[in-house]
Amino acid sequence: MKNAMKTNEPTVTIDASGLHYRELNAQLRKIIQNGTQNIELKNVHGQRYIGTDLNRQVEIDIFGTPGNDLGAFMDGPKIIVHGNAQDGCGNTMNSGEIIIHGHAGDILGLSARGGKIFVRDDVGYRAGIHMKEYQDRKPIVVIGGTAQDFVGEYMAGGVLILLGMNLDKDTYHKAKFIGTGMHSGVIYLRGNVNEYQLGKEIGTAPLEEKDQQVLQQYVGEFAAHFGYNTDDILKQSFIKLFPRWLRPYGRLYAY
Amino acid sequence: MKTYLPTKFVVERDPERCIQCQVCVNQCSFDVHSYDTRDNVLACRQENCVGCHRCVIFCPTGALTIRQNPLDYRQNSNWRPEYIEDIIKQAETGGVLLTGMGDDKGQRIYWDHLVLNASQVTNPSIDPLREPMELTTYLGRKPDRVELDADLKSLKTELAPQVKIEVPVMFAAMSYGAVSLNVHESLARAATEMGTLWNTGEGGLHPKLFKYGENTIVQVASGRFGVHAEYLDVAKIVEIKIGQGAKPGIGGHLPGEKVSAEVSMTRMIPQGTDALSPAPQHDIYSIEDLAQLIYALKEATNYTKPISVKIAAVHNSAAIASGMVRAGADIIVLDGLRGATGAAPKVIRDNVGIPIELALASVDSRLREEGIRNRASIVVSGGIRNSGDVTKAIALGADAIYIGTAALIALGCTVCQQCHTGKCAWGICTTDLALTKRVNPDIGARRLANLLRGWSLEIKDILGGLGVNALESLRGNRLHLRGINLNNTELEILGVRMAGS
Repeated sequence: MKNAMKTNEPTVTIDASGLHYRELNAQLRKIIQNGTQNIELKNVHGQRYIGTDLNRQVEIDIFGTPGNDLGAFMDGPKIIVHGNAQDGCGNTMNSGEIIIHGHAGDILGLSARGGKIFVRDDVGYRAGIHMKEYQDRKPIVVIGGTAQDFVGEYMAGGVLILLGMNLDKDTYHKAKFIGTGMHSGVIYLRGNVNEYQLGKEIGTAPLEEKDQQVLQQYVGEFAAHFGYNTDDILKQSFIKLFPRWLRPYGRLYAY
Repeated sequence: MKTYLPTKFVVERDPERCIQCQVCVNQCSFDVHSYDTRDNVLACRQENCVGCHRCVIFCPTGALTIRQNPLDYRQNSNWRPEYIEDIIKQAETGGVLLTGMGDDKGQRIYWDHLVLNASQVTNPSIDPLREPMELTTYLGRKPDRVELDADLKSLKTELAPQVKIEVPVMFAAMSYGAVSLNVHESLARAATEMGTLWNTGEGGLHPKLFKYGENTIVQVASGRFGVHAEYLDVAKIVEIKIGQGAKPGIGGHLPGEKVSAEVSMTRMIPQGTDALSPAPQHDIYSIEDLAQLIYALKEATNYTKPISVKIAAVHNSAAIASGMVRAGADIIVLDGLRGATGAAPKVIRDNVGIPIELALASVDSRLREEGIRNRASIVVSGGIRNSGDVTKAIALGADAIYIGTAALIALGCTVCQQCHTGKCAWGICTTDLALTKRVNPDIGARRLANLLRGWSLEIKDILGGLGVNALESLRGNRLHLRGINLNNTELEILGVRMAGS
């Protein structure tokens, strides 16, 4: 393997127009096996599974709209999407980073157990569903805009930050059933939300010092990716949503 | 609250035989036997007894007998004791009744109404002791047509990945956490020795067992526990779990108490937290979505492994199976009404789903009618008890069979249905380290391999009697079956004729 810094590595460009996902991903796997570290995919039109199961520290810039399951089972790569992403982005991801300069579809980060996902704009339904954490792995999802219903459902770990930056001061978030079934991890929500929009398994609390540190770090990374000012974002108040019970369904059964 | 539940079992100790060695005290994990050190007597809380026979088998002098409590309610065909006691339990706890193992209600078991044929006079039977007899089975998608290169004398058609098994019986999905690591190791080693496969279930694969990967099916279920690159890489087959016969349509819930340090490592979740498997896979709401996960896994494994999809047998299984095959499943698994579980709500276990025999027959028929039967192997499970059931399932159209309960019985299970308590005295369905060491993987693997060897010999005997020398000749050949005591609709669905016709 070459020891050169990543930034000095040449960039390999693939024109994805007209390529079936199987061809595209085969090419991607091949050039990564050859040691390429910087890759640009041009004219991506909905090809699925880009970055699936890749486990090297490569950087992939995607121009266009990648299809479902972007970065599924992924373990290490950094993917930057210059456009919108579709459903299942970061599905069961282990580690790595996905940065989306646009919107993302449903089930963002489904069952992820590590890695980071930054979405500049809005996301669809059930974002962050069943994210877990394990030892030093902890998935981080930061969403600049709003989310649809069931955001953070079943969360079993990780950090989900919902910034609502496209909502004006008096507009409420739209999502209902926020954090339903959540039993670990934490959600930080910026902006207004009604009590009825929250799942019955979660409680709310004001931020403590350590929460501020978490926000400072990840909102900082978010701001750096998309050219915002961290302090401006953090100026507005956040609430912390946490699971009230580690075992929300522990008392259902007769033995 | 005083419980109104009567004692289920009576424990009798023969004082003539008992030597007060306290083996029973040490063996019982349900706190039935205890030793009073002050008075030097063995005491017994028989109300705790679940009838698992652990103490009976291990009592060195045969001093113990366990009988069902003869307490009789007034005879009532509607209000049978089970239903009375269920109500008592719920009145006292206000909860969902949990249970373990498979449906025990005895809804018609069709295997008992099907009989096999044998050769007499008009064609010779074969003696498997002296003639070759083939049980080898290949799992995976078969091509629609095969092209040969005449010059090179080789196959031109590119085959989808095939997995060869030497016995058509595999070990069903039982997750680490539900069962112990020693059980997993026993299954893995027996599968390796016998040239078949075992299935991790949805709780991940312990790194210690990676070396048995060539004989391992790994599951990807709604909780995605322990699913990571190496897990997918070591496996021979990857199985997507949609449902299970004991609890179709509902999720799973491994209580935090069972998530020990080792289970936590394998599932990749923190120790002591509940492991919740949501009822649906939230990336699958349609056949198209199923195709998406199938191809995600094919991409992840670079098209080198068959992808299997397991569903519970339900009313419209045949149509669903057709969709699954068209979605790209290389193997479809049907788990019937009598399929077992480590824990399920009793009302679901006993009332939801259909018997595996009917599901198998209707799925096999449907795929044949649509001309796509070759595109996927069919594996069935759900209460398969012996080689007779296996052979009948093959004749009805199955490619292979999964056994779960039968495998656990080989390891010592007595089907006491207390899996959900986590206290299994046989050390099978528990993660309590004091209990799990009761299954010794050396002995466990031997017992399981012995069972498969016994069944293989019996299947060969049946095939020989039928006058065929390969399991392939029996597969889906329903003319070798006849029905007994079945009505016309049942015969029609099973696609078999009445015995005598």
